[in-house]
Amino acid sequence: MASALINVPKKAKRGEIIEIKTLMSHIMETGYRRTATGELVPRDIITSFTCHYNGVEIFRADLFPAIAANPFISFFTVATESGKLDFEWIGDKGFTETASAAISVE
Amino acid sequence: MRKSENSSRRQFLGLACSAAVMGTVPIVTLRPSEATPAMLASAIKNVVGAAVVQTGRVKIDVPPLVENGNTVPMTVSVTSPMTPDDYVKSIHVFNEKNPQPNIGNFYLGPRAGRAQIATRIRLADSQKIVAIAQLSDGSFWSVSADVVVTLAACTEEVI
Repeated sequence: MASALINVPKKAKRGEIIEIKTLMSHIMETGYRRTATGELVPRDIITSFTCHYNGVEIFRADLFPAIAANPFISFFTVATESGKLDFEWIGDKGFTETASAAISVE
Repeated sequence: MRKSENSSRRQFLGLACSAAVMGTVPIVTLRPSEATPAMLASAIKNVVGAAVVQTGRVKIDVPPLVENGNTVPMTVSVTSPMTPDDYVKSIHVFNEKNPQPNIGNFYLGPRAGRAQIATRIRLADSQKIVAIAQLSDGSFWSVSADVVVTLAACTEEVI
């Protein structure tokens, strides 16, 4: 089953710029590959990724078949307040997966 | 004569060459239609509209020579103070020769602190990658990078 790996610092100073790294287990089937018998393998990718920081969207990405399998996405944000980061991946064939991480800001 | 001396080496090289050619033929025939520079231009136009795209401020960090096109690490960064008045709205990455011209769209905001994203991408061929950033004042900045790929993505058969 799909699962996520997230790297968020547990603690940060207020105003500090922190890096967030995410990895989601997913085949990211492009829809351009063929089987040995010549049939196209249907597309099955993650199309959207979002990150909310205490309910406010801070990062969003549209993904295409050109993103490698098990999409790795890293980005930055300013540590403003203690709370929770929520991550959501949405894809083909009804794929949805969520994950969250807590951060304490001093 | 010299001919006989070299013949085995020559034969071997000939065989190796033809084997290499044979090896690449199925890949070429299996390759789906490529995105053309025209598709790249229209994909960029979809994002940019009628605005002028200036060169600079954006940086693509990608290895110039890639062995495996299935997973190529790529970092895109934009020079920006990332203040509420002057920040990077979005970063769009395109390619020239994959079946589709789009790679990804990344939407940031002033809260990002640093305008930098990293991901891993697929490349179906040696080609040019283009990154375009939209700033909060509505201007577009772009940069391109060339990557040589020895083993292409998307072309292998599913077993």
